[in-house]
Amino acid sequence: MIEGLFTVTTSVNGTPYTRVVEPRLLLSDFLRHELGLTGTHVGCEHGVCGACTILFDGLPMRSCLMFAPQAHGHEIVTVEGLAADGDRLHPLQEAFRDAHGLQCGFCTPGILMTMKAFLDENPSPNEAEIRQALSGNLCRCTGYQHIVEAVTLAATRIAGRGPKS
Amino acid sequence: MKKTTNRYVGSPVKRNEDRALLTGRGLFVDDIDLPDMLHAAVLRSPNAHARIVGIDVAGALERDGVVAVITADDLGDFWQTVPLVVPPPPIDGLVFNKRTQVPLAKDKVRHVGEAVALVVAESRYVAEDALNDIVVDYEPLAVAADLEKAAAGDAPRVHDDVAGNVAAHVHQVKGDYGAVAGRAAKVIRRRFVYEHGMAQPMETRGVVAQWDAKAGRLCVWATTQAPTSLRNGLADLLGLNAVQVRVIAPFVGGGFGSKLLMYYPEELLVPWAAIKLGCSVKWIEDRGEHFLATTQERGQIHDAEIALAADGKILGIKDVFLHDTGAYNPYGLTVPINSQCQILGPYVVPNYDSTFTAVFTNKPIVAPYRGAGRQHGVFVIERLLDIAARELGIDRTEIRRRNFIPPDAFPFGNEIIFQDFAPLTYDSGDYAPILDRLLEMIDYRRFVSEEQPKLRAQGKRVGIGVVCYIEGTGIGPYEGAKVQIQANGRVCVTTGIGTQGQSHYTSFAQIAADHLGVNVENVDVITGDTDQFYWGAGTFASRGAVVAGNAVNEAAEAVHQKILRVAAEHFGCGEDKLVVEDGQVSVAGEPGNAIGLGDLAKKANPMRGAVQPGVEPGLEATRYFGPASGTTASGAHAMIVEVDPETMMVDIKKYVVVHDCGAVINPLVVEGQIHGGVAQGIGNAFFEQLLFDDQGQLLNATLVDYLIPTSLDIPHMTLDHTVTPSTTNRMGIKGVGEAGAIPVGPLFAQAVEDALDLPSKGVDILEIPLSPNRLWELNQTTRPDH
Repeated sequence: MIEGLFTVTTSVNGTPYTRVVEPRLLLSDFLRHELGLTGTHVGCEHGVCGACTILFDGLPMRSCLMFAPQAHGHEIVTVEGLAADGDRLHPLQEAFRDAHGLQCGFCTPGILMTMKAFLDENPSPNEAEIRQALSGNLCRCTGYQHIVEAVTLAATRIAGRGPKS
Repeated sequence: MKKTTNRYVGSPVKRNEDRALLTGRGLFVDDIDLPDMLHAAVLRSPNAHARIVGIDVAGALERDGVVAVITADDLGDFWQTVPLVVPPPPIDGLVFNKRTQVPLAKDKVRHVGEAVALVVAESRYVAEDALNDIVVDYEPLAVAADLEKAAAGDAPRVHDDVAGNVAAHVHQVKGDYGAVAGRAAKVIRRRFVYEHGMAQPMETRGVVAQWDAKAGRLCVWATTQAPTSLRNGLADLLGLNAVQVRVIAPFVGGGFGSKLLMYYPEELLVPWAAIKLGCSVKWIEDRGEHFLATTQERGQIHDAEIALAADGKILGIKDVFLHDTGAYNPYGLTVPINSQCQILGPYVVPNYDSTFTAVFTNKPIVAPYRGAGRQHGVFVIERLLDIAARELGIDRTEIRRRNFIPPDAFPFGNEIIFQDFAPLTYDSGDYAPILDRLLEMIDYRRFVSEEQPKLRAQGKRVGIGVVCYIEGTGIGPYEGAKVQIQANGRVCVTTGIGTQGQSHYTSFAQIAADHLGVNVENVDVITGDTDQFYWGAGTFASRGAVVAGNAVNEAAEAVHQKILRVAAEHFGCGEDKLVVEDGQVSVAGEPGNAIGLGDLAKKANPMRGAVQPGVEPGLEATRYFGPASGTTASGAHAMIVEVDPETMMVDIKKYVVVHDCGAVINPLVVEGQIHGGVAQGIGNAFFEQLLFDDQGQLLNATLVDYLIPTSLDIPHMTLDHTVTPSTTNRMGIKGVGEAGAIPVGPLFAQAVEDALDLPSKGVDILEIPLSPNRLWELNQTTRPDH
């Protein structure tokens, strides 16, 4: 190993990766530019907008506030890993399409990952709970209303209580 | 047979673009990764106004991984003030002092964040490190930061040769205000201060450039709202033919005007560096830079008066205002002209006298941000009417109704010149039904007469607001579209405008699918790639759906006609016997006798046998649509708020919108546009303020300090719409992109003022943005005569 560099071995969307990186490399840049997983977006690089949110050992984390070496030995899921297979969308993704929960789509990956973790924890939330859970992610296009509707729809469908698309 | 039904236009069709965006496969500029790509970072001025005495880049060049450091002196002939993007309108007596920006500051910096040097390195991390190695010797100059002070005669000059910092001076008149003011039953004068903020799209700006020296071609990926215009400008400035330059705006993460200004320094420097270095170069703005290097909208100060008859009818309005244009004015007068025109609103204003002075200040460039000056204007007229209603003892909704332009008065001429250079004319509208529906939805009468008194008796500070507005949309010059049936039967719609979330991949597909009898998912929309479509202007001014949409409509109609011609020949029957549906053409009454559109397209592009003279090969047509003037949308918003007397936080209990954007292409998309607009309007009214100190330093240049509303700040909105078709285009559509954002400032002011019962203390809310602190101060104020 070259002095000052770190070897990072991490699982992303179930695939193991090993890369030698500078310790200061942001996890968001690692995912995007080392691994080419550009679905995770970087909006502010100071942990406010939430666009870079990933699942880190199952919990939503801001990848712009972590360094790549911190991912060593951990499991990450990004938006690319949300759908079970390439063609079938996750119910959240499907509901976002059905309810027009995205416009430019830039903040969407972070919101999907945040809401994935949220619904895992609270499968039948009310609107106030959804708005609370969503409040750490900024969206400049939608005014949030269709996002809230999409999450409600997804929760209903995941629980098998509602209309399929 | 002629198309008889709309299967898709008018329906809430799900979006074609969503699958890519939802799975992380949509291509944004920062996702581009080219072999041997270098990375750029920009050194920016820490001073709002200073002379550059010297720049020492030696330290940066010594750093490992640094490839080049570029300053103004390195640019040679490429260094020049950039062309004006929008010239001033043809208005008599207009003064306009053009002072546009340069790619890199040479002698003097005029705002914090102005680009001074570009570092190109092997990684972005190294490029940013190297910025700290550059030593710039600045001689600070006195700063003109405050708008009013900058306009004073003795203010420091932003541009040494522009006295009084006058960027422009414009006087427009309709009728004779002076003649009616004297015989008015009531004249009301107030000073209004309106600050708009920043667009702050979630994706910052970015540019990637690749120079292919052997082919002599430059490819630029940019987060621009106007790829075609950028291509034209880059070719000019780099001395290339336009066909040597390809600009691609892929998925763009929101724009709202901020990605419109052409000739941002980085848009020029990155391609220039790529050519000089023979390497691909990427630059991605960070959020801190975005606050200083991307355009903003900011303040205007209006001294306005309205003259009214005793029955509340407007006799005339006089307004004099200052407009802060920042350090340069590349975008001409679009913003203040919009403000000037917007004051007339949906009302009959027989006499209008308006003067503005645009003022240079040592602050970032002001250019359109969603609404583009309309917010400032609608604030002035709506607040004047609120005060007039109170002083004349007329209900605030009634005074608006009495002044509405009647439905039989359209087209309605307002005589003064609009931003599209045409006299301000409203093509169509019917405003009373909008207000009626709005009042019904928010239950205005009951709230005012029963609910509010009851809640007030319980000590609750509840208030209601109702405002009306119009919006000039869909201006020229033109857009074009090519509709083409591919050999595989899919349809391609290609246009030049570029897209930043407006759902063009779906709306345009809906239009084409209806004409061509295909499934909307079988229509691929290509937009924002200058190699795919040469002509266009861009996505701004709520014009995409109107202008490009109508071009798509006409091109698709032409392809439909060509399908009939070719198919009639193929089947040996009359065109009137043909049915075009489900992706094929069949002969009526002969279900088996059909040909797929792809196969028909192949027949129209034969390998042998002649294509007849005057006939173009393939099933393809290109059409352009250029409206002589815009089309006027309208609407009204109402809200009920409760203000916490301790914290002065505002809880929006109910928010209702009724709007009229003419014929609707996709109601789901229209709803989304309005929701998003309202959210930005609420941000503008209560959360977002760019706080500059007297040295021109932005004090809140992070998203921690500049507050973009969250899901907890934006209420559930209830929407309804009316339809007054546009008369300036065949589809009858009007723009909707900016509508939601425009009237929220005065709405917020009116509702909060009502909730706190400020008028009883003689206090009017005459400013936006508000904040809990500011509301606290206003609530503590009592005017001496009360």
